[in-house]
Amino acid sequence: MSSLLVLAIVVAIGVVAFFVGRQRAAAHDNGAVKPHSRAHYHGWWAFLLAVLPAILLLAVWTIGSSFYLDRHIHAALPERTADSKVASEALDVSLVKSLAKGLRQLDANTTLPTTFAELQPMLAAKGVALASDTQDYMIPIAVEANAVQSRLGLFGAVITLALSIAGAFYALRQIAPRARARNNVEKLMLWGLLAASTIAILTTVGIVLSMLFQTISFFESVSPMSFFFGTVWDPRFAAAGSGGSQGQFGLIPLLAGTLYIALVALLVAVPVGLMSAVYMAEYASPKVRSVVKPALELLAGIPTIVYGIFAVVTLGPFLRDLSAALTGGSPFIQGQSIFTAGLVMGIMLIPVVSSLSDDIITAVPRAMRDGSLGLGATRSETIKRVILPAALPGIVGAILLTASRAIGETMIVVLAAGVAANLTVNPFEAMTTITVKIVNQLTGDLEFNSPQTLVAFALGLTLFALTLVMNIVALYIVRKYREQYE
Amino acid sequence: MTDISMDTMVRVAAHPRRDIGLKARYAAERRFRIYGALAISIGLAFLAIMLITIVSKGYTAFWQTTVTLPINFDEKVIDPSNKRATDPSVLIKANYPKLAENALVAKLGINPDDKPMIRKLKGFLSEGARVQLRDIVAADPSVIGTTRDVNILAAANLDSAFKGQIDLSVEEARRKVSDQQIAWMNKLKADGAMAEHFNTGLFTYGASSRPETSGMGVAIIGSFYMMIIVLLLALPIGVAASIYLEEFAKKNRFTDLIEVNINNLAAVPSIVFGLLGLAVFINFLGMPRSAAFVGGLVLTLMTLPTIIIATRAALAAVPPSIRSAALGLGASKMQMVFQHILPLAAPGILTGTIIGLARALGETAPLLLIGMVAFVADYPKTPFDPATALPVQIYMWANEAERAFVERMSGAIIILLVFLMAMNITAIVLRRRFERRW
Repeated sequence: MSSLLVLAIVVAIGVVAFFVGRQRAAAHDNGAVKPHSRAHYHGWWAFLLAVLPAILLLAVWTIGSSFYLDRHIHAALPERTADSKVASEALDVSLVKSLAKGLRQLDANTTLPTTFAELQPMLAAKGVALASDTQDYMIPIAVEANAVQSRLGLFGAVITLALSIAGAFYALRQIAPRARARNNVEKLMLWGLLAASTIAILTTVGIVLSMLFQTISFFESVSPMSFFFGTVWDPRFAAAGSGGSQGQFGLIPLLAGTLYIALVALLVAVPVGLMSAVYMAEYASPKVRSVVKPALELLAGIPTIVYGIFAVVTLGPFLRDLSAALTGGSPFIQGQSIFTAGLVMGIMLIPVVSSLSDDIITAVPRAMRDGSLGLGATRSETIKRVILPAALPGIVGAILLTASRAIGETMIVVLAAGVAANLTVNPFEAMTTITVKIVNQLTGDLEFNSPQTLVAFALGLTLFALTLVMNIVALYIVRKYREQYE
Repeated sequence: MTDISMDTMVRVAAHPRRDIGLKARYAAERRFRIYGALAISIGLAFLAIMLITIVSKGYTAFWQTTVTLPINFDEKVIDPSNKRATDPSVLIKANYPKLAENALVAKLGINPDDKPMIRKLKGFLSEGARVQLRDIVAADPSVIGTTRDVNILAAANLDSAFKGQIDLSVEEARRKVSDQQIAWMNKLKADGAMAEHFNTGLFTYGASSRPETSGMGVAIIGSFYMMIIVLLLALPIGVAASIYLEEFAKKNRFTDLIEVNINNLAAVPSIVFGLLGLAVFINFLGMPRSAAFVGGLVLTLMTLPTIIIATRAALAAVPPSIRSAALGLGASKMQMVFQHILPLAAPGILTGTIIGLARALGETAPLLLIGMVAFVADYPKTPFDPATALPVQIYMWANEAERAFVERMSGAIIILLVFLMAMNITAIVLRRRFERRW
């Protein structure tokens, strides 16, 4: 019996329990005793007791039985010898599992042939394609595995349903006018809310752990020294049978490119964004504000892929042709360059800087502004000498947050920055970034254990650590600043 | 006496008139103001330039050139040995392009025996004619032997030429359409047989190596699945988490940890979520690559912080008097939250959710890592089938060299932006309409 069907039956039992419980609770309410909880709380309590433990059991049982099945197949496989045709034990097990899955598609009373060569066309007729290195000896093991699986599944279904029914009856028997059904339900709800809020922690833990494990296995084949301090990025392709690593995985050129492009982007975004925020907060009339603010929000809502395409289709060729026209021949700005990528990224970040700084500037107390204006300072003097210095910590935090966005930005640089890992100071040449290389190493066919793939996780962890530090510092500064004036 | 004193007073007042640089200060003031206006204009100018270039490149993608031909479903071509009753696969394998070619030859008045002339017709009609005619015959085999008008797509190069996008002054050998084809095209145009129609294929076709038969059908369905998954997961989890943090959580280390985590996750680069999806969902839990389900999970994790932050702001904006009133009338804390606070905070939550969804819809980077860069020609039936997403489809077309793909890509961007703008405007309208000042 499939788990989905069991799940559906369990929910159905829960629904029945809900209605029966509500009905019984309502029947108790005859005016003699004031009931503690309203009838539907009794219904919900019955529903929860019927459904939750059963689903938990089902989940544990499903996971446990899949582990058991793996071990069962493992034990049934013949001892590995030097001339085994299948490359690894893990592959052996997975071949048996996909064979077993294929066999389930066949009619129950088909007589199975003993060789895979005969079996394959039968499966192909059912639309099941299998790896050609499936071996003859796997067929009986797969049949046996299927039998074990269906036994386990049936047993699991029976005890799950039994638990569900038991839960429902237990809850229904408890129903009494003074029973505290509402408190029970609310306690469970609180646990549910708590569980939902821990997902944020689980995500962070998941991010760190998943990348950490892959990074550790990457460092088994490439030394951390040559990764963090290497100046050459040349991972080569993961050729089958080439063994260990021959490529060089130097982080330095990627990090330099990332920081260079981010710097160009900030040089564009910070002055423009900050000045627009100042103008919006201090000069703009309400009418202008009501038009410009949504327009800037619109700029922030455009997906980064659109900026990337603008850079590569329109701006890149335009700058290249422009520079060719200026020198009268060879262009000195390449189609993909640090300048182009940084400029477009800077445009993308303008609304980020301006909305963050807008909040910070408007948070400066009115009294400081009025004091300065009252002493005869012009508006721009007030801004430059009073408001901006007062808002400085917050603005620094905003710039840090923006910088972390720039470092982690992917689509613009994938399209506009280039893929060659150069080390250059010329902003008109192409350089590549950490994010570009993560995408490069992980698109296409993957072989999960090669250093060429695993390096992406080491890069990801570096990126995560870099942005994490910036974010935490920035959030700390912004929060401190906010408290100062509240 | 008085005259003299008046005189000295005036002199005293006039004398210390120092030059306090008022002129320079006002000039600085004006300059500063101009810088500010300039900064805003730069931002808006870029917005305008970007939208204009994209729309000017992309609006033609919504029109597609077709040729209306009287196709003779000739039995001699489709089923020369008359075996279709016993072997239906004959109808699948038949030489359908030949039918279209014959019709075109007849229409243009070319001598059917003039082989070199007929060879020049190559690349006039789309290869998609094969599938189109096959589907007509497969749906209704009785058309065999009859003649019927069919709109057949022109090939991508002819489509570009028809729209006037190919520079005809370039010498013939260096462009993709020959002079002869142009002449035929003009003849058909004069006949009214060749015309532009609204390009429904852009919305319905899947991936294809030919621009004229490739579209965003798969991507739209994939994105739709993902948005549904994000909505179903992120909204309840996000609201539940916000309620706990805002209404129930005590101020302690654990709560602080959660808060720091949420704020930080909101600023983590999106590509990191892609790495998480690849390592945990695909590699560890063995979920299928390229599936909309995995994409939806990854985008859910990415959207959660946005929704939580917006929801908490909305909950915090409900005034304490409502809480006190509910509690005072004997509601439990849970009843107070779910029956009073939550309905009042709903518009704010909805706005935050829509903005989060819009962000998720435009997100590309994490989807690249979980294998959504895939050539998927068939519609995904379930969220577990291979699919692509709107921005990923745009990315894939951006990597194609042909001009016609650039046109489709710009058209796709327009569609994506229209979706996003509709969502954002809905959010703004909701906020304006239901926002309450307490």
